[in-house]
Amino acid sequence: MPTYEQWHERHERDIVMEWETVIGLEVHVQLATASKLFSGTSTAFGAEPNTQASIYDLAMPGTLPVLNKEALKMAVKFGLAIDAEIGKKSVFDRKNYFYPDLPKGYQTSQLDFPTVGKGKLVVDMEDGTQKTIGVTRAHMEEDAGKSLHEDFHNKTGIDLNRAGTPLLEIVSEPDIRSAKEAVAYLKKLHSIVCYLGISDGDMSQGSMRCDANVSLRPKGSQVFGTRTEIKNINSFRFVEKAINVEVERQMDILEDGGRIVQETRLYDSDRNETRSMRSKEVANDYRYFPEPDLLPVVIDDAFIEAVRVTLPELPDVKSRRFQEQYGLSDYDAMVLSADLATADYFEAVAAASSDAKLSANWVMGDLQAVLNASELPIKQSPVDAKALSGLIARIKDNTISSKIAKTVFEAMVAGEGDADSIIESQGLKQVTDTGAIEKMVDEVIANNPAQVQQYQEGKEQVIGFFVGQVMKASQGKANPGQVNQLLKAKLSQ
Amino acid sequence: MIDSGLAQIARALADGSISSVELTQDYLARIHAENADLNAYVTICDDMALAQAKAADAQRQAGNAEGFTGIPIAHKDLFCTDGVRTSCGSRMLDNFISPYDATVVERFNAAGAVTLGKTNMDEFAMGSSNETSFYGPVKNPWDRTRVPGGSSGGSAAAVAARLCAGATATDTGGSIRQPASFSGITGLKPTYGRVSRWGMVAFASSLDQAGTMTQSAEDAAMMLNVMAGPDPRDSTCSDQPVEDYSARLDKPLDGLTIGIPIQHFSEGLDSSVEQVIRDAIAEYEKLGASVKEISLDNSHLSVSAYYVIAPAEASANLSRYDGVRYGYRCDDPVDLEDMYKRTRSEGFGAEVKRRIMVGTYALSAGYYDAYYIKAQKIRRLIKNDFQKAFEEVDVIMGPTSPHTAFPIGSKNDDPVKMYLEDIYTIAVNLAGLPGISIPAGLVNNLPVGLQIVGRDFAEAQLLNVAHKFQQATDWHTRKP
Repeated sequence: MPTYEQWHERHERDIVMEWETVIGLEVHVQLATASKLFSGTSTAFGAEPNTQASIYDLAMPGTLPVLNKEALKMAVKFGLAIDAEIGKKSVFDRKNYFYPDLPKGYQTSQLDFPTVGKGKLVVDMEDGTQKTIGVTRAHMEEDAGKSLHEDFHNKTGIDLNRAGTPLLEIVSEPDIRSAKEAVAYLKKLHSIVCYLGISDGDMSQGSMRCDANVSLRPKGSQVFGTRTEIKNINSFRFVEKAINVEVERQMDILEDGGRIVQETRLYDSDRNETRSMRSKEVANDYRYFPEPDLLPVVIDDAFIEAVRVTLPELPDVKSRRFQEQYGLSDYDAMVLSADLATADYFEAVAAASSDAKLSANWVMGDLQAVLNASELPIKQSPVDAKALSGLIARIKDNTISSKIAKTVFEAMVAGEGDADSIIESQGLKQVTDTGAIEKMVDEVIANNPAQVQQYQEGKEQVIGFFVGQVMKASQGKANPGQVNQLLKAKLSQ
Repeated sequence: MIDSGLAQIARALADGSISSVELTQDYLARIHAENADLNAYVTICDDMALAQAKAADAQRQAGNAEGFTGIPIAHKDLFCTDGVRTSCGSRMLDNFISPYDATVVERFNAAGAVTLGKTNMDEFAMGSSNETSFYGPVKNPWDRTRVPGGSSGGSAAAVAARLCAGATATDTGGSIRQPASFSGITGLKPTYGRVSRWGMVAFASSLDQAGTMTQSAEDAAMMLNVMAGPDPRDSTCSDQPVEDYSARLDKPLDGLTIGIPIQHFSEGLDSSVEQVIRDAIAEYEKLGASVKEISLDNSHLSVSAYYVIAPAEASANLSRYDGVRYGYRCDDPVDLEDMYKRTRSEGFGAEVKRRIMVGTYALSAGYYDAYYIKAQKIRRLIKNDFQKAFEEVDVIMGPTSPHTAFPIGSKNDDPVKMYLEDIYTIAVNLAGLPGISIPAGLVNNLPVGLQIVGRDFAEAQLLNVAHKFQQATDWHTRKP
């Protein structure tokens, strides 16, 4: 038991103590090669267990690895995209441990000489600010198989289809200071690997997996606190939640005067907590040493330049171009460029409709809402870019109002046809005939003498009431601009 | 006929004086008569051999025969052979039927060779006496109380006892040359990367190299012509083009400079063996070569460096034998850890376990720099010593082993004594160079081998140097 003085001192200290969160992320990205990293076996997802495992994948005696050049190109492509040093001579190492889904008893990985060295990632925060997060390295390695614990009557089944699938493990510097920054970093990483076409980035299928190293330190301190590693978090949302609960857990311990144990923890999304893995499972000495079955991978400038010319326009560059070319705001440009399919969709709509701002609003607004509700990727949107641009064209040429456009859009989503046919069949064409509108305006003014008086006494906001009444009378089809103009003219008489 | 060497047999097949089926039947008959005692073969492939022989004869009748068509050979039991048990001399793989052919086996099959069987070996090629095999020791045909050397003791004994025309073997620290020396035959270890390792069960990947066991250098050249060359399935296999290894055999040796390393003629070398080697070198001088003493300054470090690097690589290479997918699995494991522990304790023999532990230790945290990294530095120094020597000399000669074959059981209590068996051969593996051991004489009616080491990819020169000696002497024709 502490003495009162000790307790008091600690308590005082705790009250003034402010903590800084320090996070580093290790992200495993499954590379989208057609075949495995060291064997020619297919990497297609979802085949019957062990049908995509060759004699090398099964670690049959005498089999040897041959590096998949496509995987190497993809790793270099990523390195160039984050402005990283490219390892001119990278070395594969053996990481030794026993596990039934690791057939060779070692994982072929890279330790001291990774293919991708130091680089950086500029991440976009929700408040529109940007932050640069350092990337320590990205190394190539092979994935393990899967242990199947169900359906085997207390035994474990092994599926080696995934064994040997190429992974790029991207390790960040401990530059991340909050769960939100961690998510922003992950989203940017996701965006880049998808842009590069080196991964499908599908977290739910394990194409992108994240481990988070989390520690706390008193604000202003230069030394790192003891960290814990949270393993295998499989969605953006869980990354944020897992880090937040771990920060809270550590803070509770530290504020009670306790110490953090360096360990690996698992995030349980059902209970929203992290749990310690048994230390037995993690206390491994991996006994890394250079893989003698592979020669060092020597990359020359010609190889690097040949990869560089295949780099697409990357999200940040595209975002700047969207601002300049289409006059979009920072925020709109960032949102529209984050996902390549969305960016392509937007550009197709903008080009066909020749109204970028309106296109941006529709893509980010009504279309995104529909996609979110139906959980569809934009590539499977019920309204394609051509159809949406057709709708926008009718808004622009005043055939329909923005309000009617929403009705038309809903019908398009429901599969009732293109904008023109819906407008035609439902008689939604905007009334622009001045005579017809004037008639409705006159009727509304005549029917509402009290409001006319209010307006004439200076209560100008009543104009909204009149506009609403006229629009109602026209069933929404009158051009609101014309209505407004006519009302003002008539009421001022 | 079956006492003849491979080249002679090839000529007999070509001129039609014998068929492959006849040859194969004769070999199989002798194997069945002798093997129960010699224990050179662990698997005899009667049916497959006869089928291959028939096919070879048919091919010859059709006029499509090549130089190797119909020649009966044996493979060391670490070359994966499709449909045949490939045991590596271990209980761990006693039940392992390989689903594929090693590149070496594939190339011999494509050349029309007949596979008589698989030869005994030290377990996972770890040993210098062929006593660590799960299938028991092989006896030396010259004196059946003695070892044939190891780890390729089965291949050496099979060739010495004329139980095949030639055999494949592997050499990680001397496993071709030392048994060739003990068994009175010609054993060639090519340059690292000359022959593909695909399908060759790994012991120490950076050192393992496939080679040949034959009666003569001429025979070895014929086998190497089949085996050598690039293989896209082995990243460490050299792209260097192959030569016709038979083409230069008769080139005169005038102007050849032979280096004699002083370290290989010092303490520990049996004086009778030394005399045989000095006589052989004198023979070379008669053939037009000149001799120069050289120093391989770091050769005393080679055994120590080797016994860090080879076990380190082996400790990882042998991790795959875990009872999960193939091979031995212990009975009724209670859980995963129990399965691993008992499978590996029961499946591996003592020497293999010793090396796995040594290698695991050498790679473990805190020891890696002191052992593994230091051993790699020594390896570099040893390579440099050879490079320096080869600026002055064309080949290096000396004894393959400090003595002749020793009695079975005489060195089993002291692993270090056994490790010192390879004192003259190990440095050659660390440097990746080609080496050959040829019969150079007898001491108390036991063979003595002369080791000749060449520059990288100088196999043709080594074979030429060996062949000229065999033209001038008859030691290689002596048999038990």
